[in-house]
Amino acid sequence: MSQIPSPYDPTHGHHHQEHMHSEHCGLCRIELEHVSVSAGGDTLLSDVNMHIHCGQLTALVGPNGAGKTTLVRALLSQIPHTGQIRHMDNQERPLRSVRTGYVPQQLPFDKQMPVTVTDFLAASLTRRPVWTGVGKKTRAQVLEALALARAEKLASRQLGQLSGGELQRVLLAMALTPTPDLLVLDEPVSGVDQNGLCLFLDTVSALKKSRHMAILLISHDWSLVRRYADTMVLLNKTVLCEGTPDTVFGCETFREAFPAAAGKEA
Amino acid sequence: METVYRVMDALLPFELFRYAFMKNALLALLLLTPLLALLGTMAVNQRMAFFSDALGHSALAGLGLGVLLGLSNVTLILVLFGILWAVLITRINRTGSASSDTTISVFSSAGIALGLLILSGSGQYNKYSSILVGDVLAIAPADILWLAVALAAGVLLWAALYNQLLLTAVNPQLAQSRGIAVKWVEYAFVILVAVAVMLSIRWVGVLLINALLILPAAAARNVARSVAQHALLSVLISVFSGVAGLCVSVPLGCGVGAAVVLCAAVCYAVSLLLGRALRVHLQA
Repeated sequence: MSQIPSPYDPTHGHHHQEHMHSEHCGLCRIELEHVSVSAGGDTLLSDVNMHIHCGQLTALVGPNGAGKTTLVRALLSQIPHTGQIRHMDNQERPLRSVRTGYVPQQLPFDKQMPVTVTDFLAASLTRRPVWTGVGKKTRAQVLEALALARAEKLASRQLGQLSGGELQRVLLAMALTPTPDLLVLDEPVSGVDQNGLCLFLDTVSALKKSRHMAILLISHDWSLVRRYADTMVLLNKTVLCEGTPDTVFGCETFREAFPAAAGKEA
Repeated sequence: METVYRVMDALLPFELFRYAFMKNALLALLLLTPLLALLGTMAVNQRMAFFSDALGHSALAGLGLGVLLGLSNVTLILVLFGILWAVLITRINRTGSASSDTTISVFSSAGIALGLLILSGSGQYNKYSSILVGDVLAIAPADILWLAVALAAGVLLWAALYNQLLLTAVNPQLAQSRGIAVKWVEYAFVILVAVAVMLSIRWVGVLLINALLILPAAAARNVARSVAQHALLSVLISVFSGVAGLCVSVPLGCGVGAAVVLCAAVCYAVSLLLGRALRVHLQA
């Protein structure tokens, strides 16, 4: 299993990380070559080849059980895989590590836990144990992070009392701090109304341009994908079709996989 | 120790604390309760009440093993056995072959049975049965020193571990995506709980130790809104129960551990009502 050194080690200060970042010239693209994953005799992914580029939003689509979440877990080094996942900088040199921000599909947790949004974010930003309180500096950092996801107002709320959309914004704030090279959004649809969702993706798209990060979006919302994706990949154990949304929506394999959606798109 | 006693005499000019054994018991409780209360906040959040119960029960087996091996240092064997038991339960739970309460139940009963078997078989049951209820009034100054060292080390480790543990408690996958070694954080936590429980068990008792770990944290959780409130309230409730239990039990001539746990239970009941009133108030 390949291990990416922890990009979030809080022993390194934020500034130090920024410095490292500029030294590396930043991530340019992630190359997946012959990536396969199997578990308990089942093949979950087989010979996946694709690129994820910085400054682009790549939509990953596919039927249920196509291996989308498996691919994300392989990207995050959470499960072992065969084949190569290479992170390249803009001078075609491989990078040793990249920072990944991950916004999970749903966050099952104990809603009664006495944890505020500030506690939750502070725990990921500092070493000082949160039960001794949150210092001024950290509090400012938390607000800064929340502002990125337009969620400043949620700072003193309890985590368990947030709505689906509010929780998603808090998770985005966490994923964006410190600024990741790759942002993974795992079906940010569930439990969020359409307006909230567009607000969410407008925010993400703005960051894509200003911070030049690579974004991988897993989604079944075709209008959303058409509106926000730069590149689209159809996955079912392996890559069946990739290109601009127009190309993929027009793909034979896409129409076979999602007849209803293809009819609407045509 | 003499200095400590003199300070206590100045601070506590009560008839009750004239005796050295009362001073020792008070010191022991003041050291035990905060660490257990702090660890308890996470044990409650992680739904580990049943786990720590099984851990407490395993003390009997640890004791039995110590007797069998002819070891004189009871505390050491208790701590080592507790760590072994905690790691085993966690390991088996991680493989996910049976639901965790089933696994824990097996370990809990096996721990008691093994302990009773060895202790009764070696004819030493009566000598060691006192560990079931514990006796904080019998604590010696040397033991108090050990508790103080354990408290300091425990709180330091707890502080180093806490933020990662909190993220893991909210969601392990998310914690993992942020570079946290979820597995090792979990092991470190159960080992810390095992050590704290085993160091306290001779004074609080197998039957009551879990209450001291879980009750204050559970009571605090009813009213706390943030992590800091949870920790502070848990420690306050725990220390209060410890001191109140001691002061009540000795004049009445009943067991200290039982009185301490009952005080904590009363705190739990009060916090439950208070929490409800608070929520109604917030919604209004």
